[in-house]
Amino acid sequence: MKRRTLMAGLATWALLPQAQASEDAMRAAIRRWAGQDPPPGPLTLEMAELVENGNAVPVRVAAREPVLGLALFTPLNPEPEVIHVAFGPAIARPEFSTRMRLARSQRIVAVARAADGRCWQTGLDVIVTLAACVEP
Amino acid sequence: MRSTRAVIVLPAAIQAGEPFEVRATVAHAMETGYRNDDAGTRLPRDLVRRFECRLDGELMFAADLFPAVSANPYVAFWMRLSQPGELSFVWRGDAGFEHRELRRITLS
Repeated sequence: MKRRTLMAGLATWALLPQAQASEDAMRAAIRRWAGQDPPPGPLTLEMAELVENGNAVPVRVAAREPVLGLALFTPLNPEPEVIHVAFGPAIARPEFSTRMRLARSQRIVAVARAADGRCWQTGLDVIVTLAACVEP
Repeated sequence: MRSTRAVIVLPAAIQAGEPFEVRATVAHAMETGYRNDDAGTRLPRDLVRRFECRLDGELMFAADLFPAVSANPYVAFWMRLSQPGELSFVWRGDAGFEHRELRRITLS
């Protein structure tokens, strides 16, 4: 990693917005969506583990069995929710992709909800060198 | 209403019963409400809040979007059709934002 990139990342870090979610806020948001604290389960959460620029980070979430919905959560962005997705009958695969912002390095969490009410989650640690939200 | 633009990418040929990916992007700043302009004034929140894709009117994919979704929100998902149909897309957001697209799907 270039020194300049690292310094820019650290400088941005120091300017983090005052609003920030927390592990507790994230757990509460997951409980609101899932209706429970979901146990760990088989769920694919794909994202680069070292991100240079947190403004638009590609992410893919895929379940290995049919589900009603998937959702993404973040403990250290200003708000814990990222996206909530719901599937209809013509959906061929229980997965989706999007691009998200990362305000800093953190553990992103994906949650799945099945038709029978079961929910499960998985997490992925991501390191961000240049954060989102404070960049013009 | 603001004039808006969206891009929907579908395979050139779609076969009955075969999965295909739908990629949808709408031009929108997704202003989070946490940023300041150069003069230090807080930029007001302006978000796309909801995306829906329907097949002949029936909801097939819905997404609630939050500030953590990047500008020009992008979503991709996989569909499977057994017969031709019409896909309708809608994005809705703050300040009355709404953008609609229609795609007629013919099967080969």
